[in-house]
Amino acid sequence: MEYEAVIGLEVHVQLNTRSKMFTRVGTGFGQPPNTLTDPVVLGLPGALPVMNRDAIEKSIKVGLLLGCKIAEVCKWDRKNYFYPDMPKNYQISQFDQPICEGGEVEIEMPGENPAKMGTHRMVELTRVHLEEDVGKLTHYEHDSLVDYNRAGSPLLEIVSEPDMHNPEEVFAYLTSLRNSLVAAGISACDMEKGQLRCDANISVRPKGETTLGTKVEIKNLNTISGVRNGVEYEIRRQVRAMEEGTEIIQETRRWNPEQKYTTPMRTKEMAHDYRYFPDPDLMPVKIDEAWIDRVAKELPEKPFDKQRRYQEEMNLPYSITSSLCGDHLLCAYFEEATALAKSPTKMANWVVNDLLRELSQANKMDEFSEESNEAMTPLSCPVSPQSLAELINLIEDGKLTNNVAKELFPEMFTSGKTVVDLIKEKGLDQKSDDGEIQVICADAIANDSDAAEKFRGGKEGAINALKGAVMKATRGQANPKVVDETLRRLLS
Amino acid sequence: MSEDAPMDIDYVANLARIELSDEEKTTYQRQLGDVLKYFEKLQELEVDGVEPTAHAFPRHNVWDQDESKQGFSASEALKNAPQSRQDQVVVPKVIEE
Amino acid sequence: MSQDSPIFKTATELSADLTAGKISSVELTQAMIERVEKVDEKVHAFLHLDQEDALAQAKASDERRSKGECLSPLDGIPVGLKDVISVKDQPLTAASKILENYRSPYDATVTVKLKQAGAVIAGRLNLDEFAMGSSTENSAYGPTRNPWDLERVPGGSSGGSSAAVAAREVPLSLGSDTGGSIRQPASLCGVVGMKPTYGMVSRYGLAAFASSLDQIGPFSTTVEDAALLLETISGHDPLDSTSFPKEIPSYSGELKKPAQPGVIGLPKEFFGPGMDDEVRARVEQTIEHYRSLGYQTKEVSLPSTDLSIPVYYVIATAEASSNLARYDGIRYTSRSNRAQNAIDVYAKSRGEGFGSEVKRRCLLGAYGLSSGYYDAYYLRAQKARTLIRQDFERVFKEVDAVLTPTAPTPAFKFGEKSEDPISMYLSDIFTISTNLAGLPGISVPCGFTRSGLPVGMQLIGQAFEESSLLNIAHAYDRDHLHGRQAPNL
Repeated sequence: MEYEAVIGLEVHVQLNTRSKMFTRVGTGFGQPPNTLTDPVVLGLPGALPVMNRDAIEKSIKVGLLLGCKIAEVCKWDRKNYFYPDMPKNYQISQFDQPICEGGEVEIEMPGENPAKMGTHRMVELTRVHLEEDVGKLTHYEHDSLVDYNRAGSPLLEIVSEPDMHNPEEVFAYLTSLRNSLVAAGISACDMEKGQLRCDANISVRPKGETTLGTKVEIKNLNTISGVRNGVEYEIRRQVRAMEEGTEIIQETRRWNPEQKYTTPMRTKEMAHDYRYFPDPDLMPVKIDEAWIDRVAKELPEKPFDKQRRYQEEMNLPYSITSSLCGDHLLCAYFEEATALAKSPTKMANWVVNDLLRELSQANKMDEFSEESNEAMTPLSCPVSPQSLAELINLIEDGKLTNNVAKELFPEMFTSGKTVVDLIKEKGLDQKSDDGEIQVICADAIANDSDAAEKFRGGKEGAINALKGAVMKATRGQANPKVVDETLRRLLS
Repeated sequence: MSEDAPMDIDYVANLARIELSDEEKTTYQRQLGDVLKYFEKLQELEVDGVEPTAHAFPRHNVWDQDESKQGFSASEALKNAPQSRQDQVVVPKVIEE
Repeated sequence: MSQDSPIFKTATELSADLTAGKISSVELTQAMIERVEKVDEKVHAFLHLDQEDALAQAKASDERRSKGECLSPLDGIPVGLKDVISVKDQPLTAASKILENYRSPYDATVTVKLKQAGAVIAGRLNLDEFAMGSSTENSAYGPTRNPWDLERVPGGSSGGSSAAVAAREVPLSLGSDTGGSIRQPASLCGVVGMKPTYGMVSRYGLAAFASSLDQIGPFSTTVEDAALLLETISGHDPLDSTSFPKEIPSYSGELKKPAQPGVIGLPKEFFGPGMDDEVRARVEQTIEHYRSLGYQTKEVSLPSTDLSIPVYYVIATAEASSNLARYDGIRYTSRSNRAQNAIDVYAKSRGEGFGSEVKRRCLLGAYGLSSGYYDAYYLRAQKARTLIRQDFERVFKEVDAVLTPTAPTPAFKFGEKSEDPISMYLSDIFTISTNLAGLPGISVPCGFTRSGLPVGMQLIGQAFEESSLLNIAHAYDRDHLHGRQAPNL
């Protein structure tokens, strides 16, 4: 029998606000333990929560980005359960009146090959709600340590419908969601820093069946590969259970990334009784049309819309747009540079190949240096969009050869100098002095009379050998157009 | 309500995470049973169409701007902790429930 | 001790004496400390007397005054705090064993306001553990005794705050009132106690019992003093989302203006059977006095009154079960040394650290919110709360204030009600609905029983109309000043 998996995801995203969800102490990753704390974060006697307006606005932005219905009024509830990473032993969350409902995420499945676009479809969302994050527990052999720095950070939970069917769709969903959220400036969505975390609800049923099978929740899917592997493992486990006729229990399981399997955490019978009730310490949020309109004006273009626009308006091939559009900063760079450049296609190629290569190299080097923990981005890199546009325009004008440009670019990247500066500095101004070129061309014809004869005899391609010789003699610094014209004149 | 569904004292004590002696369980079972019985007049009340009161004087959008202020140092944060190590709170091994 | 000792003076009088240079804050504080040393062995109102710290604050106050930099009328005057109000670097026990070793790393907003006014924070006062109770018998550190009869309870939960003022250990104190915890002990101890409108005084730094009902308020011997302390601690606080943005008038200044006698409502549901005869007699005399002053009285009805106790206990215990979850033996509360794993830490630390009333209420609260019971208990109680609120809204279309007894009986004996939760809960029957409706209420001493126990009457005002309520209370109080009578200790 053939089986079909049904998967829904709960994605937690940390909003990149300066201060926490319900108090004004700072947020951040990698700070000394327990230094991003105050009476509210630690849940001291008498501490009271006060909402962070920016976190609410960012949540509205996410809702608009994902096409959700934004609630006119949403409120705060307490989710009660005891856990050492949760200072108050209740989490302030949204139970029956979340900030956003519905919505969808556009996903793209892999194409036949990397140069071909795959199929697109929408994954339906159930809701998006805002809550506070918990602290971080580190387990040791005999005990555990708790750092509350993360506790109280604003956390958005994006819940999808059970609308995915295989690990590839899950991966595509997470990628698309992440690209959109990063582009909108909501979060860096760095899974390694816990800024994006994922739980999956998985069930399996015989293909063709319409009712859902027994649902199993998988926790701890905290890397992209973890999500893929964990979901894949759990589907296999459930299919095998069905084939063997063993019962699938409704339970929560934990993905174990080292051993690559899921293990039971708690069964339905042991499920928490969260005793949700409205938090009496907080007032509800009212969101009016004017506020929504204001936020809507700041929405960025969605990554897939941008990709379609690049393909249609600029005629860029899929292979290029797919590399560009996953990275909104690269797109921003590209758009700024291409507005100044004479060839969008050439610019796109340079951005996707040369700029990306140098950037990834620089960031790789950075991992070994202790000083900077901020990754270099396209817009913060030493080659400005203006500078790259200048380089491309020099090539287009025939004032610089592609080869020389390729040689100069890494140096521009490391030194921050412009192409014009480097050309001057190295004395690489193109040999366009007619007299000198004429001598070198004449020289080349003299040295290769065979090629000269063939060209004169009508074999057009023979001129290339002569051009090559001239370029070699000028170490690539001659303007190819000028060389071409001079050779033809001398051969005629 | 208390008669057809007596309070499951073990379940509730576990929810509230309070260890009770057998004697306490018996006492609380009886006392809380009485209290719930006393609360029965609430069950008889007609409340259809009545809006619940969560706040005596409800308002909306009581918030702060997103500005971060200096918080505790690790030693201030841990001053009252029963046990700490490496600037973190020590808890006995966490066993999943 | 002579009656003109500073300890028998009101805060208003002391403020004048300090201004006139008749006494220094250090002398006053020293007299206060001596009084505590003399009587607190019997009364046990204090959990922590900040002797050295109080004298240092007094000295700083005297220095300010000598430079002409006096901060407020309360500058240099000692104030005691119920031990649920945080003071930086001082203990905060909430009268619970679980907070035995805790020191607050921050000030409550009311503490900040008192410090800004220059008041001398004298120490922290006893209460029922986590403010749960009506007798102060539920303190892990032993009960407080009623200064008028040491065999009787001072009321609760702010029994230490009321007894400390009644015993003249401090001229002023703060308590917290969730269902009557300021007014009922004020009544039983023969002092003035006021619960402001919900949202008038910041709750930031007050260890929460039931967040939607808790308010901090003043204890004093006169209404005039209550006004002085209330205006010092009131005002909008951005750290408390339930704090109300409202201009605070000078309540003490308003008292000096002549007020037109208004209409006082007498809710028939509050004068039914079950009330002690002597309490009834004293309250009726009070009503007569208001009539003699030109006030009109009018019988009104608050039909949902009989719901108030179940509604209150469902809501308050639910909120408390969640508010008290943070006392878990992990970050700052005492940890059971029998704990083997994290689950143990919770159950054992809380089992050992909480007293029986706190356990009872946490269990009841968890039950009322648990799966399958939420709609029947919590949600229903919230709806019934709406009916109680609407009762008052209707009544306040016709009257300026509502007058009731504060408590059905004078102070009762130790152990009389502690084994019967419901009879203990009923001692708050007259005060609870005020909290459910969020309204301000004040208990004013209105005489004594034949056996010499104080009786209090309660005035309930309109939301945010503290000024008018204080004026009505003052109209009676200035003519009688029952609160100025001190017990013989």
